[in-house]
Amino acid sequence: MTMSEDQAWLRPSPGLWRMRRAEVVTSTAVLAAFFGLVFLAAAGATAGLVSVVVLLALGAGFSWFVRRRYRAWRYQARHEDLLVARGVMVQRLSVVPYGRMQFVEVTAGPIERLFHLSTVKLHTAAAASDARIPGLELGEAARLRDRLTELGESMAAGM
Amino acid sequence: MTTDNPSPETPDDGWQRLHPLSPLARVGRLVPALVLLFLVSTVHSKAENGRAETDYLVLITLASAVYGYVHWMVTRWRFEGDTLRIETGLIRKDSRRLPLARIQAVDIVRPLLARILGVSELRIRVAGSGSTDGKLAYLAESQAAELRLMLLAGHHDPVVAASANTGLPMAMVTTSRLLGSVLLSLVSIILMGTVATLAVLDQFEPRTAAAMAGFLAVYLLSFAGVVWRRLSGQYAFIAVEGPEGVRIRRGLLQTISETVPYARIQAVRQVEPLLWRPFGWCRLEVDIAGATARNQRGEGTAVVRKALLPVGSQQDSWHLLARLLGAPDPERTPPPRRAKLKAPLSFHFLAAGHDGTHAVCVTGRINRATTWVPLEKSQSIRRVQGPLQRPLGLATVHVDVAGKRARAEFRDREVAEADRLVEELSELSRVARLSSPRSPVASDGTHGVPPSGWYPDPSGRHEQRYWHDGRWTEHVGDGGRRSSEALIPTP
Repeated sequence: MTMSEDQAWLRPSPGLWRMRRAEVVTSTAVLAAFFGLVFLAAAGATAGLVSVVVLLALGAGFSWFVRRRYRAWRYQARHEDLLVARGVMVQRLSVVPYGRMQFVEVTAGPIERLFHLSTVKLHTAAAASDARIPGLELGEAARLRDRLTELGESMAAGM
Repeated sequence: MTTDNPSPETPDDGWQRLHPLSPLARVGRLVPALVLLFLVSTVHSKAENGRAETDYLVLITLASAVYGYVHWMVTRWRFEGDTLRIETGLIRKDSRRLPLARIQAVDIVRPLLARILGVSELRIRVAGSGSTDGKLAYLAESQAAELRLMLLAGHHDPVVAASANTGLPMAMVTTSRLLGSVLLSLVSIILMGTVATLAVLDQFEPRTAAAMAGFLAVYLLSFAGVVWRRLSGQYAFIAVEGPEGVRIRRGLLQTISETVPYARIQAVRQVEPLLWRPFGWCRLEVDIAGATARNQRGEGTAVVRKALLPVGSQQDSWHLLARLLGAPDPERTPPPRRAKLKAPLSFHFLAAGHDGTHAVCVTGRINRATTWVPLEKSQSIRRVQGPLQRPLGLATVHVDVAGKRARAEFRDREVAEADRLVEELSELSRVARLSSPRSPVASDGTHGVPPSGWYPDPSGRHEQRYWHDGRWTEHVGDGGRRSSEALIPTP
């Protein structure tokens, strides 16, 4: 990204990677166990073993991809606007001026809560704006929310 | 307020009645349903060799006539200071007070039978609700027009007041052109093609043709419905310039009046479908931020797309565009040639450009669409690079405006240019936003006050009337001569 490197990009907490990894590991284990048993019952031990190995390989590949996705997330709160970049296959960079912000939403789903993380989302009047930062530690999320709200209020421009 | 039809029952305390022909016009609303019912029952009775079924149609008509008459008897309205009060209902009394200051819009609706009878319906919308709040069905045409003017002109909000105006036309659509444009649309071509095929098939294989007609009947009818709605909805389309926005009047069976406020325009799109291109026709659409507070729940503020010109020449379209956005004509450049590998079809028209205040982009292959976005309305800037674009060194930059679909796309630009565009467009939007000459009121999505000056006279009695400090004055002008006459004549 050649976007102004004057300020350092911030990244989501390593907790996001831990969470994603845990999700991949759990789902791989569940799927491998299920299909392993199914093939074991239907076609014998060799088929069961092969299916488990294939699924574990798929899981490993997927976790590599998720790792890259996690690394692609970054954000930067500049003077006038917030930059959020993400994506491996499709790389996206959003520039959202604080003045256009309608509200800031902080959400934490059940899995996110297990890892003490939350997601900050910036809403503008445009549905496509797409400024979402996942995997922020609770303190950091609250700080960012307050900062954004403050900046938004001082620069409000509405529609 | 004078009425053309003083009914003997009208007492002196200001209560007024609806037009005596209202019950008849009300029954008229049932006519399409009755005709349908009649057709169905005739087909039915033909099959069963009986004819008793038409009796209840007469009963329905009579019942609705009686209901209409009772409704007319018990409905009355009057002004009570700054409120319009409408009372109705025989068993359940319904009394509404509509404060003049909160009136958002007054529409005159004229269904077919009402138009024949010379009456029209007045619908009044009050701020803070999306639906019709007050309805006077029906009033004499002249009375409805006068009442509308009165409701709007006595209003505190200048923009709403100004919508009483009837000004000079900016664009209109002739019936022949509308007909041509509708016939040259995909839907009607499919419709006509299918009907023709069935007709030909009928010559050789009548049975198959009948079976297919039965099978396709639903689709054919719905297609015909689409074509008909386009035709009747945009019939006699006329756009008129007013101080607060473009006023549109259209409709065949029902006349619809609406206003496109300049301040709320998010994007303007000019679409040139393939079949229209030989004739140089195009369609102009605008995206307007919603007027009500409804749907403010984040996922895109309520934005409606409206046809500003259902069909017109490039010149008409350009004329309207000049008035809406001040003739923005930034230089458009095509993307690099290698973008053809990524977008083999749409590359043909693909172009984009921007100047200090507007971004413009051209997309589409079958329907060529040119979108203009005022940078002051931009909500966010996005740079997107897909897996096909990366090896080619291309990226797309979006300028998002309020709403779900509205945006300008700088599609498939060089990476270096895209990066530069992101910076440049963010900066230009920021400057445009700060320097946009609007009153503080305007910042929350409402409108500013139109500048003082001569505008077409809302009453239509004179050519022009002076608008000053947010209200109409008594100064009028006719062919250069000035005189004075109050907007609402004192009785």
